[in-house]
Amino acid sequence: MFQNLGEILMLLGATLGSLPRAWQDRRKIAEQLFDIGNASLFMACTLSLFIGGVLALQTGPLLAERGLGSSLGGLVALGLCKELAPVMMAVLIAGRIGSAMAAELGSMRVYQEIDALRTLNINPIRYLVVPRVIAISIALPCLVIFANLVGWLGGALVAGLNDRIGVSWSSYFGNLRQVVEVSDIANGLIKSFVFAIVIGVVSCHQGLTTIGGPRGIGRSVTKAVVNSIVLILVLDYVLTRLLLPLDKGWRF
Amino acid sequence: MTSRPPNGIPVSIRSLRKSFGQQPVLKGLEFEIRSGEIFVLMGPSGSGKSVFLRHLIGLESPDSGEIRIGGELATSEGVGDRFRLAMVFQSGGLLNSLSVAENVGLMLSELRLKPPAEIDRIVADRLALVKLGPEVADKYPNELSGGMRKRVAIARALVADPQLILFDEPTSELDPLVALTIGREILNLNRRTGATTVVVTHDRDLAFGIADRIAFLLEGNIIALGSPAEIRAAQHPLIQEFLAADFQTPESAAMG
Repeated sequence: MFQNLGEILMLLGATLGSLPRAWQDRRKIAEQLFDIGNASLFMACTLSLFIGGVLALQTGPLLAERGLGSSLGGLVALGLCKELAPVMMAVLIAGRIGSAMAAELGSMRVYQEIDALRTLNINPIRYLVVPRVIAISIALPCLVIFANLVGWLGGALVAGLNDRIGVSWSSYFGNLRQVVEVSDIANGLIKSFVFAIVIGVVSCHQGLTTIGGPRGIGRSVTKAVVNSIVLILVLDYVLTRLLLPLDKGWRF
Repeated sequence: MTSRPPNGIPVSIRSLRKSFGQQPVLKGLEFEIRSGEIFVLMGPSGSGKSVFLRHLIGLESPDSGEIRIGGELATSEGVGDRFRLAMVFQSGGLLNSLSVAENVGLMLSELRLKPPAEIDRIVADRLALVKLGPEVADKYPNELSGGMRKRVAIARALVADPQLILFDEPTSELDPLVALTIGREILNLNRRTGATTVVVTHDRDLAFGIADRIAFLLEGNIIALGSPAEIRAAQHPLIQEFLAADFQTPESAAMG
């Protein structure tokens, strides 16, 4: 991965350089957004419902035994919006959308479609990469918002229905409102935005540099997903550290 | 040479060398391609024909040596803007996510060179040039036969009104009748447009059927260059072997 880091950064630079003309490609961006939303929304909601539920199930009984059951809403909500939702949604999108991007561009490369674009004086980065990176950068933060809401709901359901926790909805959401600040949500959204750019650029790079036939495409897909996930987890730490000053922000 | 519109541009190749890793592929090619001619580069598989073609269109850079298109270095900035170049790929290179009409008009729509109505007219015109009717315009490449895909690729290349058009193995994977039709199309287009036409192929019938001149490439070197008659008469044993190669079973050989 690291020997390609320079190429990935150059692709990122070229993508950013093409952004001023991206408005012309709004139709392609909308199509990509639709594809990403269509492919991921249901799965994102299902995943986050259970993540919220598991968080409540793991921490709820311990808090309830110590008389801290009323703090559960804030704990689940913070865990979700600052960490679990952005990271899990990024991993989901890397697996579902990043792999599809690498496979599509890889196949285009193998079957000379990208060479054909070049001979038509069409810049493949502008035509193929920019709409994908923009679409994924819009879609992932949106999915994280959905994941937060559904995950909080999952936590609330478990908190209310599990006998060992027994925290009411009003207590759960009351604590959530008290603890979660707008800056916490923003924290997760900023992370997810950066993760989205990483997934988009890494996956497109893998696709564009595919060599060989179907085996090469398979290799590119695997590398796109693995490299994206490794970078997401590394950047998660870096971003968490950088975003710490945001912690004292606005309350709901 | 038959009279053709003066649309083509000359190409000059000087000491062109290219290696991939330790493997030399082009070993100092040196020849001229004249304006408006059909120049066929022949040779066995793996002799470096397609790599040479990719250099002409700017998809590869030489390790040393130079290619001049219309007198300008092929590697210089904006040569593709000053001269109209086009290439028809071996696989066609059609974008599978776009319809035939969208593929053919892609350059015009993407670079915003013409208004949509004008693009529709040009697309229909170019499809007609390669004898494809409007009924294929809304089809997708995976709904077309190999021959039709090649024709669509030619139509897409013609949209640029090219001065230099390159064909990479235009008859590969086609049956002999369709291959014959594609060969005739290349010939007709050259006569009609006057574009310098470079065809890379190992199809002997196509090469000798359409070429003004043929170069024979073997292991990265030009071993013969001349008119089809001159190539047929070349004494190089590998050329003779290549031209005479025929599939014979012991039974058919015995029958003479």
